[in-house]
Amino acid sequence: MKICVCIKQVPDTAEVKLDPKTNTLIRDGVPSIINHDDRSAIETAIQLKEQYGAHVSVVCMGPPQADIALREALAMGCDEAYLLSAREFGGSDTYATATIIATALRKIGFDLVITGRQAIDGDTAQVGPQIAEQLHLPQVTYAEELKYEGGDTLIVRRQFEDQSHMIKIKMPCLITALTELNEPRYMSVKGITSAYQQEVNVWGFDALKDDLNPAWIGLKGSPTNVFQSFGKQLRQAGKVMTGLSDEQAVDAIMAKLIERHII
Amino acid sequence: MDFKLDKCHELQRQLFRSFAENEIKPIAKDMDENEAYDLDLLAKLQKYGFFGIPFPRELGGGGSDNLGYALAMEECSRIDASTGITMSVHTSLCCQAIYHNGTPEQKEKYLRPLIDGTKMGCFGLTEPGAGSDVAGAQTVATQNEDGSWTINGSKIFTTNSGFADTCTLFAITDRNVKASKGMTCFIVDLKEMPGITISDNIERMGIRAASNCIVTYDNVRVPADRVLGKVGGGFKIAMQSLDSGRIGIAAQAVGIAQGALDESIKYAKARKQFGRPIVAFQNSQFKLAECQTLIEAARLLVWKAAIAEDKGEPFSALAAQAKLFASDVAVQVTRYAVQLMGGYGYCREYPVERMYRDAKITEIYEGTSEVMKMVIAGSMKL
Repeated sequence: MKICVCIKQVPDTAEVKLDPKTNTLIRDGVPSIINHDDRSAIETAIQLKEQYGAHVSVVCMGPPQADIALREALAMGCDEAYLLSAREFGGSDTYATATIIATALRKIGFDLVITGRQAIDGDTAQVGPQIAEQLHLPQVTYAEELKYEGGDTLIVRRQFEDQSHMIKIKMPCLITALTELNEPRYMSVKGITSAYQQEVNVWGFDALKDDLNPAWIGLKGSPTNVFQSFGKQLRQAGKVMTGLSDEQAVDAIMAKLIERHII
Repeated sequence: MDFKLDKCHELQRQLFRSFAENEIKPIAKDMDENEAYDLDLLAKLQKYGFFGIPFPRELGGGGSDNLGYALAMEECSRIDASTGITMSVHTSLCCQAIYHNGTPEQKEKYLRPLIDGTKMGCFGLTEPGAGSDVAGAQTVATQNEDGSWTINGSKIFTTNSGFADTCTLFAITDRNVKASKGMTCFIVDLKEMPGITISDNIERMGIRAASNCIVTYDNVRVPADRVLGKVGGGFKIAMQSLDSGRIGIAAQAVGIAQGALDESIKYAKARKQFGRPIVAFQNSQFKLAECQTLIEAARLLVWKAAIAEDKGEPFSALAAQAKLFASDVAVQVTRYAVQLMGGYGYCREYPVERMYRDAKITEIYEGTSEVMKMVIAGSMKL
């Protein structure tokens, strides 16, 4: 089985602040980490490798500093790493990002692609599904449990707000992982020292240019643009009314709705 | 000259720190109260390679170096000094001794399981009547006709002995010469040899979670192939191991100090007196600035000694300097951390109380501060 895990390096949002003027993230001095859901994606791949035998490639698009995130993935037990890094890739939205990653995945080859559900900085949850669409793969998002059934079949439990779906899916396919899927392991010391004796494959635009139209990527190739970001206005705390009978409660709510001219 | 860690060491530090924060911190207080090391934690440390950090991967080790090991010692001791000493005695005193002096067979049979995390090691040198005066040892090994040895005597303060499998044990094998020539090191299976008695944990002021017992040897017979290095070469092995061990203890001291500083800063930012956080007072800031500076200086001495050992340069005096200075820093900084936190610092609810108790031992074990000064003075050709 050949597994590709897609990860993103993100600022540790536990320590991040917003610039009050621009409302953008202040990234200076904030430690970078592997996105939480993506760590679970890595763990899933390594568990499949340990139990059934698999070759695990880890892929990350980002600036050269994202190298350390890939080393961490290697130190956890991934077999090889690809850093997709180029000036041309900068400014890509989720669609353009998915285009670039999908192109790289086609070149690397896979039976199974695992991504995290969403990144803690952008919070879109779009890149995984968009990669699947671009690669014409079936996908299961929000995976909270995954079992290999042998052959080319996986059983995935997909999380909803109030229920779960058990889905049988045939590989090749794409799964987006939740942190509930597992508890990611630590790196090992041996893993770290080995990771630094290994090459991380760095793919720039040239490595993918045969299959990648420059008009599809970067700022130009992005159908969406953030034209403004702003902090949320804090709402007043709601008023809590207690000790009412059902009828009194209905009356109280109706009175409020009428008072506000809502009905 | 570059005082920055390279990326590989940075990533190691990241591992050690997150492990210590997530796995050790939640139970450090309980382990101290129970005066017992948590065996599940021990198993996790073994699993992630914390007991073989500076040894080659081919032997089952981490493939790192003494600098990486010093980082692990600092980061673990920053949360719990007992974890530090458990790692240190195993790595420096037991494994390093076998690594540098063992035959290929001994390395395969004894070192590999110690390094890859299947077995635990300890070091038997100190005796009730022979502390700093190592040469005053009374434990004796006499050779039998078949070449095997019979060991009699008693070792005190043997760290890890409560659960260790393998001990590097030092015994007098020739009374007719000075101990520096008449002492031999043996590799002893603590769990398999009849005649070995291990006491309960010795009650101590600090590092209370660490296992530390009296080990008594009563006609313990060990085969001839358990001699480590040469017969009569034990004293040299002990001194070599302790030189190396001191870098770990110095790193432990830096970690204790850093942990206490971090805790006291956190507290001083939250605690308000006279209408403002106590960290806003210049007295607090000046003392914290001093502590930060002392810790940084101590850390650089540790790194310098570790890098010298990694490069195969003489490091005995550097290690002694690092330990002398860092252990003093640990005691000073933890004392101040308790002072800054006042009555709360003195309470067991906050970890600085434990850290203050733990710091003191770094001035004592693996050579007291006075012995460090002897080593340093000796290197100065005075």
